[in-house]
Amino acid sequence: MKKLLNDPANLVAESLRGVERAHPELRVDHDQRIIYRADAPVTGKVGLLSGGGSGHEPAHAGFIGPGMLDAVCAGEVFTSPVPDQMAEATKKVDGGAGVLHLVWNYTGDVMNFDMAAELAAAETDTAVEAVVINDDVAVEDSLFTAGRRGTGAAVPVEKIVGAAAEQGRSLTELADLARRVNDNSRSMGMALTSCTVPAKGSPTFDLPENEMEIGIGIHGEPGRRRVPIATAREIAEMLVEPLLADRDFTGGDGVLLFVNGMGATPMLELHLMYAEVAALLDKAGVVPVRSLVGPYVTSLDMAGCSVTLARLDDDLLRLWDAPVATLALRWGM
Amino acid sequence: MAAVDVDGLERWLRLFASSVAEQQDTLTALDAAIGDADHGANMNRGMTAVVDALAATPADDPAALLKQTGMVLVRSVGGASGPLYGTFFLRMAPATGGASALEPEVFAKALRAGVEGVVSRGKAELGDKTMYDALAPAVDALDAALGAGDPLADALRAASAAADQGRDATIPLVARKGRASYLGDRSADHQDPGATSAALLIAAAAAAVAEQGPP
Repeated sequence: MKKLLNDPANLVAESLRGVERAHPELRVDHDQRIIYRADAPVTGKVGLLSGGGSGHEPAHAGFIGPGMLDAVCAGEVFTSPVPDQMAEATKKVDGGAGVLHLVWNYTGDVMNFDMAAELAAAETDTAVEAVVINDDVAVEDSLFTAGRRGTGAAVPVEKIVGAAAEQGRSLTELADLARRVNDNSRSMGMALTSCTVPAKGSPTFDLPENEMEIGIGIHGEPGRRRVPIATAREIAEMLVEPLLADRDFTGGDGVLLFVNGMGATPMLELHLMYAEVAALLDKAGVVPVRSLVGPYVTSLDMAGCSVTLARLDDDLLRLWDAPVATLALRWGM
Repeated sequence: MAAVDVDGLERWLRLFASSVAEQQDTLTALDAAIGDADHGANMNRGMTAVVDALAATPADDPAALLKQTGMVLVRSVGGASGPLYGTFFLRMAPATGGASALEPEVFAKALRAGVEGVVSRGKAELGDKTMYDALAPAVDALDAALGAGDPLADALRAASAAADQGRDATIPLVARKGRASYLGDRSADHQDPGATSAALLIAAAAAAVAEQGPP
């Protein structure tokens, strides 16, 4: 393992020191590992809280700021944060209009956010709602599994709900909106390499030079199947076909086409993938009206990509275009 | 017949902590195969915090000790294991009925309450390839042995053997809960890391009571 490290056990804590020094518009509670807007709580605005394991940077802290999230809780690498953190963060972002938990669908995250909501209900009278993001079509038979994972759809969900929260929409409206964006989004990912969890020190799985994993999540876990390496054009087909089979993206509304890097894949390759995916969408009658290309939801140093499609009606399109000022997404301000 | 007091419970927790520390790499390797390679590190962090808390804030009675242990695990582990192991100890606490020493039947009842807490938190069923696959046969074997009049130490040895069998029986299973479930059929032929740490938990209980010796 070759990494920029002092001690793997201190990686998250020491990285948060850097977040604090580099970005004065953010505050860091180092004891509880909460990153939050310097102006939190925003009076009268619903507080938006997310979070999860570390190792997905710029998710989750990169999505904090005006027009997106108010706070996130950082867990250990690939490990959900704990209820105390979430309950404390809920208090920090409560501007009197309630707090919405945007939970990426992983067993640990869902359980910990559940316990946090129980704690918050016992200790405060803050209204808390939770919406679970689950967009990953690689998980088949979702009735017999932990369900579809929350992956790339978190970006449009958190961006769009963030914009609506700035407009003063209510907790209930925002929860409905989050569910609507989630329902309108699908993702599929692939890996060219595994990744190395620093505490383990070696790659999570062995992937020979001539093979790749299709249907991966964002935790270095193997995917649904292992296949021989293929061209980018063939890989694009393997990713797009299940997305279009799972949901109809044709018709009047356009889509956000989000090509996400898994951490170690260069932008040069990601834009090549964007062109391949867009060409397939053209053939299928799906119209990309907005695009996002880059590493936003990563899996440490994994090479590979995921494709997310999110159908945007006029309301969702306006909210996507609304101003946002975070480390990862920044426009209109 | 031996009763389990605060000292006995502390011995259990310390033995579990040391076996988790010894087996940390094994637990992580099992998790790397079908999960995300952090079960050993997470459990070791949690049980280290539990042992630290034993010294920092000594508990007066079993219920307080079990509650403290559950809270520390929920606070320090994260992932799914934190809420699951945390809930296990949090649910054991009230089932002790406030006794200062737990008679074998009370200890068994508390263990079962803990296991039921794991089920209600994780919604797992038998055969889903989870820690429940080790815990369920363990509490069944414990009740059966106590019902047959075995002393607690022997009954816990039987429970530990049943947990080990349950752990081994997860190998051919296809996971239906947790991160391993994403693998579908590829999760078969791997031993479940959660069932493995759960078997260590029961083995530690057996060792703690065996060390206590005859009354």
